[in-house]
Amino acid sequence: MTEQSEQSRKNGSEGKREPILEVRDLVKHFPLSKGVLLKRQVGAVKAVDGISFDLYPGETLGIVGESGCGKSTVAKLLMNLERPTAGTIKYKGEDITRLSGRALREVRRNIQMVFQDPYTSLNPRMTVGDIIGEPFDIHPEVAPKGDRRRRVQELLDVVGLNPEYINRYPHQFSGGQRQRIGIARGLALRPEIIVADEPVSALDVSVQAQVVNLMEQLQDEFGLSYMFIAHDLSIVRHISDRVGVMYLGKMAEIGTDEQIYEHPTHPYTQALLSAVPVPDPEIREGRERIVLEGDVPSPANPPSGCRFRTRCWKAEARCAEETPLLAVPKVFEAAGTGAAHASACHFAEERAAVVVA
Amino acid sequence: MTEPPAIGGPGGAMELAESEGGGLEGKGPRPGRKGSGKRARSLWSDAWHDLSRNPVFLIAGLLILFLVLISLWPGLIAGRDPLSCNLGRSLSPSSTGHWFGFDTQGCDVYTRVVHGARTSVTVGVCSTVGVAVLGSLLGGLAGFFGGTWDALISRLTDIFFGIPIVLGGLVFLSMTGSRSVWTVVSFIVLLGWPQVARIARGAVITAKQNDYVQAARALGASNTRMMVRHIMPNAVAPVIVTSTIALGTYIALEATLSYLGVGLQPPTISWGADISAASEGMQFRNAPHILLYPAAALSITVLAFIMLGDAVRDALDPKLR
Repeated sequence: MTEQSEQSRKNGSEGKREPILEVRDLVKHFPLSKGVLLKRQVGAVKAVDGISFDLYPGETLGIVGESGCGKSTVAKLLMNLERPTAGTIKYKGEDITRLSGRALREVRRNIQMVFQDPYTSLNPRMTVGDIIGEPFDIHPEVAPKGDRRRRVQELLDVVGLNPEYINRYPHQFSGGQRQRIGIARGLALRPEIIVADEPVSALDVSVQAQVVNLMEQLQDEFGLSYMFIAHDLSIVRHISDRVGVMYLGKMAEIGTDEQIYEHPTHPYTQALLSAVPVPDPEIREGRERIVLEGDVPSPANPPSGCRFRTRCWKAEARCAEETPLLAVPKVFEAAGTGAAHASACHFAEERAAVVVA
Repeated sequence: MTEPPAIGGPGGAMELAESEGGGLEGKGPRPGRKGSGKRARSLWSDAWHDLSRNPVFLIAGLLILFLVLISLWPGLIAGRDPLSCNLGRSLSPSSTGHWFGFDTQGCDVYTRVVHGARTSVTVGVCSTVGVAVLGSLLGGLAGFFGGTWDALISRLTDIFFGIPIVLGGLVFLSMTGSRSVWTVVSFIVLLGWPQVARIARGAVITAKQNDYVQAARALGASNTRMMVRHIMPNAVAPVIVTSTIALGTYIALEATLSYLGVGLQPPTISWGADISAASEGMQFRNAPHILLYPAAALSITVLAFIMLGDAVRDALDPKLR
């Protein structure tokens, strides 16, 4: 397992292995309705509007983007907490979006989630033992009844908490400890995939590193695949093998962490990276900040063509008419440099001054 | 950071547990799990801890305990038969052995006041239980399932909420022939549930949005499981609070209805009916005791239950204070 994840790190995971999760043209529109008793639909919030990506065994796919770009909706769709409007999510070749009942429960054993806010993701009326043991109650086939207490204590130990804490309640723990409890619950069923929806953004900076390092260590230990959603670019770079950048319900650019961070070709990614704080004053002096104008357009009424064109300095008439596809730009196809990765921009090009330390 | 290393052994953990509990947890049940020193306090036991130190709760609790005792066994402090009356002693003032005097019918007021507690407590407790069960069931369904369920139940709630309770009582109860305690209880439940339903609906919607419910769903938990394990325990506090406060008002409501002549009928002894009888023909001008004692008993009882409700609210829902 460890070898596998090592390998995925080296190859940039674009090797010939089968993806564990294939997402194709995923769409989620939330209807906007008017009227109290007789509701009629007057539009839709296009939270996720046609997203495709693969997740390979043992790798970490980071998803970044600003608030409201649909990151969390993608997580909920993967977890089957929301039904997609269109598109497929294939887990080991099987479309899981239309599953229900027993088949869905089986799949849920293999895909688990870590939530953003450790203060609302643990039931305050349950002991830590009950919280981490609940997966075993729901899937009794995983652990026989007499064995559960021991399993829960093992899990506490695995995430670096004292197994003696089993009878305590969530309010007796700090934020970082609570997030560890959440991770232990996610691990209980020995899933293959963990979807982490901003798992560290609610934590103190000093604790963020601890939790991220714990997640990396668990990945090596259990051979997990992570889908790591965050808005902190540095943390995503630290943990991810590949990174996808989302803007307004669409994927703007996707590639290995090196491709995205060292050779971004989409103007939105470049703008995002130019905003990352740089600790070294000398580098800071030399770089150019791209300041975007205006606000993110409403996802209920997104711009035609390229979603980013309203704030893009390169926008031309073509951008309003033709939606750029997420594909390797022709200019870079043969180049063999880091710029040869999928980018949804008609005018994709590298820009020297945005490199992040 | 505060996270002790797991390998560090129980040493650090014990210290932590020690310093946390410290002098705060004076007595309280301490079953002492093996190895873990003491059992951690849940939110419920925290609330109980607060309650048991609240003087308002202690006073209200003692009063209510006394009320419950005399409702169960009125003979404990009033040995006479409340229905054996002697018109010859009509309106006589208090005397040795008959501390509260006699009413118009020549019945012993003290005995009637003591025996009247049973009616009030029964109506209060049963109405509250009925209202809480019906209200949280309907409100919970509306909040949990939403959509059509919510629309239907919420409109129904609005309709019942719009019926003025005293007017409704005058209309409905005057149509019934003979009225027992249960008639009155059913009426109160019928018109009282919307209040609890609204609270329960809101509480369930709030609880439902918490990530731990999503987490349970992501684990594959059934609706029943989410409802029973995750939503109910976190939504029940506001329902308990409103119900306890409402208990006092239901007792007052029964007295009001009986006073208006649409509540309980003789031979059932009710403080409201006795107050009504006392005010007939302004008899209390000559013999104030026949009005004073039942009225005082009613006020103290209602006060005790409202104080209890207040204390429970402070303990369970500190935000509402």
